[in-house]
Amino acid sequence: MQRPTLFSVQLGALAMRCGKKILWMLLVLWGITLISFWVIHLAPGSPTDMEITLNPLASEGARQQLEALYGLDQPLYVQYWEWLSRLAHLDFGNSLSADSRPVLEKILERLPLTVGMNVISLILTLLLAVPLGILSAWKQNSLFDRAVTVLVFLGFAMPSFWLALLLMMYCGIDHAWLPISGLTSMDYAQLSVWGKVRDVSAHLLLPIIVYTVGSLAGMSRFMRSCMLEVLRQDFILTARAKGLPARTVIFGHALRNALLPLITLLGLSVPGLIGGSVIVESIFALPGLGQLFYGAVMARDYTMIMGNLVLAAVLTLAGNILADVCYGLADPRIRGSQKEA
Amino acid sequence: MAFFSKAPARWLRYVAGSYGMAVLGGGIVLIMSLAALCAPWLAPYQPDALHLDAILQPPCPDFLLGTDVLGRDVFSRMLYGGRVSLWVGFVAVGISVSIGLTLGLVAGYFGGWVDECIMRGVDVMLCFPSFFLVLAVIAFLEPSLLNIMVVIGLTSWMGVARLVRAETMSLKQRDFIAAARLSGSRTSKILFMHILPNALAPVLVSATLGIAGAILLESSLSFLGLGVQPPDASWGNMLMDGKNVLEIAPWLSLYPGLAILITVLGYNLLGESLRDIFDPRLKEQR
Repeated sequence: MQRPTLFSVQLGALAMRCGKKILWMLLVLWGITLISFWVIHLAPGSPTDMEITLNPLASEGARQQLEALYGLDQPLYVQYWEWLSRLAHLDFGNSLSADSRPVLEKILERLPLTVGMNVISLILTLLLAVPLGILSAWKQNSLFDRAVTVLVFLGFAMPSFWLALLLMMYCGIDHAWLPISGLTSMDYAQLSVWGKVRDVSAHLLLPIIVYTVGSLAGMSRFMRSCMLEVLRQDFILTARAKGLPARTVIFGHALRNALLPLITLLGLSVPGLIGGSVIVESIFALPGLGQLFYGAVMARDYTMIMGNLVLAAVLTLAGNILADVCYGLADPRIRGSQKEA
Repeated sequence: MAFFSKAPARWLRYVAGSYGMAVLGGGIVLIMSLAALCAPWLAPYQPDALHLDAILQPPCPDFLLGTDVLGRDVFSRMLYGGRVSLWVGFVAVGISVSIGLTLGLVAGYFGGWVDECIMRGVDVMLCFPSFFLVLAVIAFLEPSLLNIMVVIGLTSWMGVARLVRAETMSLKQRDFIAAARLSGSRTSKILFMHILPNALAPVLVSATLGIAGAILLESSLSFLGLGVQPPDASWGNMLMDGKNVLEIAPWLSLYPGLAILITVLGYNLLGESLRDIFDPRLKEQR
């Protein structure tokens, strides 16, 4: 009964690796906060601009009072240290905007929409990209493969906001099939539960299409090249030579190997998704994280900007770690090599 | 000559088969660049000339692609907007390639803790939620063309650094580098005269694709109102203006986006085909 012990040794090695990885990630996170904090605070403009400069009745004294209130009169390293020590207790501070609510609270109420839309579109992307990639690779250089390649190139070059505008024009204005902005209709409060679900889905359909098209091109191209890579290997040749049907070769032998690199790609796609949400949400006027960040940037709301940056960095790093762990769990070769290392 | 006269059709098919993508991509890039460079001579009107008697005209013989809310000629503005894209693409990529090349060469050649430091820095930069940071920095520094180019350049050098590092690490094992070192060449000369020219091919590919990325990023920023500021025209801010009158003047949202699509497509096609030309072995895989 050697197997369980071997497996537990491997798991131990994996845990060790994860521990190291997490330590490194914390260091990276610290680096990111350091750079962003200084860049943002040293840049011209201040959160008090909105309230003071634009108000002719406000005096210089009022500005100083406000700066003292926000702690902006301290030297920068003191401000950073205080911000960092608060962050250690997961306290992101209060927003510097007029409502001065806690940053974390404001972020958390926006998070579900943005994350939800991204997860749905990611699932859709995978459902479409994997079969597309497999088929193009299996029928390399066929008419189908060429057509997909053309579409992929168009997808790469398509600015997401232009696609959104075209969809709004076609589905929203010319045919009036779907609403083009906001999350709910005017009469939302009067709708039944089922009606509410339908209303929100109708509002989210176009944004999700835009997200999906945006990542579909890259994903299906990547899937295709992974599949081609696997299909050229000897064990596939063996499988085909012994007369296995194409379906068994593709789904039984090739696909499992070709899917592995996709895990890493998914982990790496997090920053792109977060960035994309700013554009999509601002076009469709959706109250998500991207809009919150855009508003914070415009108002120079330091604590809010930093809160969003930290969250985005944490999500990115979590994506990386998760991809790493999943890769290790999914690929026995990696588990083995870690034990030796 | 015999080759040409005997089988022109076959020759044409050969060229189209192996270089079709390159010709198409290069052609698009060339036409777009020429149109942008010759904008002052090609544009029928000044880009910011107002025609208040012809507001929101649909495309017609007088105004090829129609006019916008202030009666400005869309075609002329698109020609000038092309200059912005061209300019941003080349300068931003110039900055990122210079940083990436230098760091990649140093990391790959010296190895050890220098390499470790630089590559960990690359890792940190790759984890940066860069679009957020770019957005914040540009909004703070007052949006302008120069700021956009610099910020895009400063946040997109990591790919080139990795490429060059890998190339350098394999090149420095070669005999001709050993020979150069033995004959007493200075390190800087080895790096820039011997290794750099041999590592340039993949960099050129990555730079071409990078131009496409920079053009897309600039247009997104301008679309959010954080890029090129009015009254200057860029494809992104034309789309932003068009969005407000989407219902009555769809042509304002149509043509600038098409221009972005075609230009980015051109650079992508060119980049991909350069990759195939430089490294034909890869072609089988993709």
